[in-house]
Amino acid sequence: MLTGYLIYGLINSVVLVLVALGFNLTFGISGVANFAFGALYVTAGFLAWIGLNTLSLPYWVSAPLAVLITAVLAGLLYRVVVLRVRGLVVSEVIATFGVGLALLELFRFLGFIGFEYTLPDAGDFSLSLLGVLVDSQRLLIVAMGAGLTAFLWLFTRHTTTGRAFRAIAQDEHTALTLGINTERTATIAVAFGAGYAAIAALVILPLGTIAVNEGYNVLVNALAVCIVGGLGSTLGVIVASFLIGMAQTLTAAYLGTHWMMIVSLVAILLILLVRPSGLFGSHKQLEERI
Amino acid sequence: MAAVATNPTAPSPARQRKERLDRGIKVRSEDIYALNSWRELAYLLAPRVLPVVLVLLLGFGAPLYWQRVLLSTMVFGLLAISWDLLAQAGMVCLGQALFFGVGAYIAGILNHYFGITPFVTIPLGALGGGLVCTLLLLPVLRLRGIYFAMVTLILPLMIERIIEATKIFGGTEGISGLTPLPHHGLELFLIMAAFWVALFGFRRMMTSDYGLVLKGINDNDRAVMSAGLNIYRYKAQILFMAGTTGAFAGAFMTHAYQFVGMPVFALDYSILPIASAAVGGLGTLAGPALGAFILVPLSELLRGFGGLRIVIYAVLLVVFTVGLPEGVFHFLRRKYTQFERWAEVSK
Repeated sequence: MLTGYLIYGLINSVVLVLVALGFNLTFGISGVANFAFGALYVTAGFLAWIGLNTLSLPYWVSAPLAVLITAVLAGLLYRVVVLRVRGLVVSEVIATFGVGLALLELFRFLGFIGFEYTLPDAGDFSLSLLGVLVDSQRLLIVAMGAGLTAFLWLFTRHTTTGRAFRAIAQDEHTALTLGINTERTATIAVAFGAGYAAIAALVILPLGTIAVNEGYNVLVNALAVCIVGGLGSTLGVIVASFLIGMAQTLTAAYLGTHWMMIVSLVAILLILLVRPSGLFGSHKQLEERI
Repeated sequence: MAAVATNPTAPSPARQRKERLDRGIKVRSEDIYALNSWRELAYLLAPRVLPVVLVLLLGFGAPLYWQRVLLSTMVFGLLAISWDLLAQAGMVCLGQALFFGVGAYIAGILNHYFGITPFVTIPLGALGGGLVCTLLLLPVLRLRGIYFAMVTLILPLMIERIIEATKIFGGTEGISGLTPLPHHGLELFLIMAAFWVALFGFRRMMTSDYGLVLKGINDNDRAVMSAGLNIYRYKAQILFMAGTTGAFAGAFMTHAYQFVGMPVFALDYSILPIASAAVGGLGTLAGPALGAFILVPLSELLRGFGGLRIVIYAVLLVVFTVGLPEGVFHFLRRKYTQFERWAEVSK
């Protein structure tokens, strides 16, 4: 029984890693708040669904297209909305939150609610791990989680664009003097983060239905992971995801699924009380937070 | 030859700029000498007395349906005032529904389980709600900016889940059949009184030394700290005031609708105050209240669109935050106190 919980807890943690990576890339590494993140995640799911079912495109066309459109939408969001209030942190939050809210509630209004909104999964294949059956979709999630984390880590350390992402969060003016086009870098960072969200959506959503409320949950989970882990730290994201993911699964198992949501908030409150900079956060973050 | 016409060194037409100057009457009515003339007195009183009288006439003259709309407008207005009060002290709250909901539940529980009259439950709900919210947010009071906003965004969502999970206080069904206030007129009068007291009272407070400290916390909290003031005490106090205002709105609405349930923690109550503030103009208290007077009747007219209402609020929120950050109130005040003219730009 416990092994089962532990293995599913690990898988839940990888789900959190997948969800939080994109948010961490935008908000943590590049310092641009994107509170429309959850909405973009759900949008990617619905776009893929529309491509598959309404336009009857094959999966290998529909899925990349959904990722691409989501990334472009996020880039536009940055160019049209965020750029005008850049630097006014609170306005950034309110404006992006407003865009996300409008998107999500628009989907709800258009009637995208129900059990028919599902994405195809990876097929009927399962593997027995320590006597626990794990289906192919969950295996795919773990593989994608590991692959995308590794890619992001390498990308932000060994490519010019990736290093520019980190540079604009550390000091925007210095980045400018070093010839980094900060506006373009920030646009790419937002689009990149949204692309990650879209990939996460395509891999995770087949486990259930595409629901509007998922957008709010994803935002809360991503925030919790990033705050607990410390912004901008990929290692922090992984450790925090495993802590919160395990806690969530065990809470759901022993207390009931209703309490899962509370884990994220309790984690945020605890970390802000005990170690306000996050597990792997720097001193600069401490100054921003308190 | 065309090149000559576009030559930048060619004498250009007289360059002009727009300048704004205070109106004479505004300057004349700035100090005690305003008492010398009826015109200046009227100039000072009109923007303050006229809205009160207008709302009073509207409230008691309109058909019953629009009286109810006015009532919920004032409730949202109170929430918007409470939001702006927090924002002026540097605390951006994305979950005003927390204050509203806690006040509503306290009043509803007191009335339903203990049978206490609304005249006691509403004040108790307001004060108790303020206290509970202050205690809930006390641990995160040290947080600034986005981090405070994040926690306030999550709290009402979480309380909603807890009520759903534990099925306390009526669970998902809520508590219905609460005692209404005895008379519609009294109800309307009560909320009007509360609204104007909150608006004028808090506006007055913000012009005092105490308000100056609050604004200082918003502008630069480190500077206020180094002046030897304990900013967390000020923040806790302002949180209690804003919480009480929001909880009063909730407690009042509970008795007006004779129902309390999970919808009191809904997104509507969080997003509408922010949208009102963005539309009306931040940082004036009157602006957000004015914003509520624009948005709530508007959403009533849009009732046919149902779920689209939140979309419309959200779009307005974005448009005003990004495109017209000044807001309606600042615009109106500028027109009332200043005039514009074109002036030559000297070389």
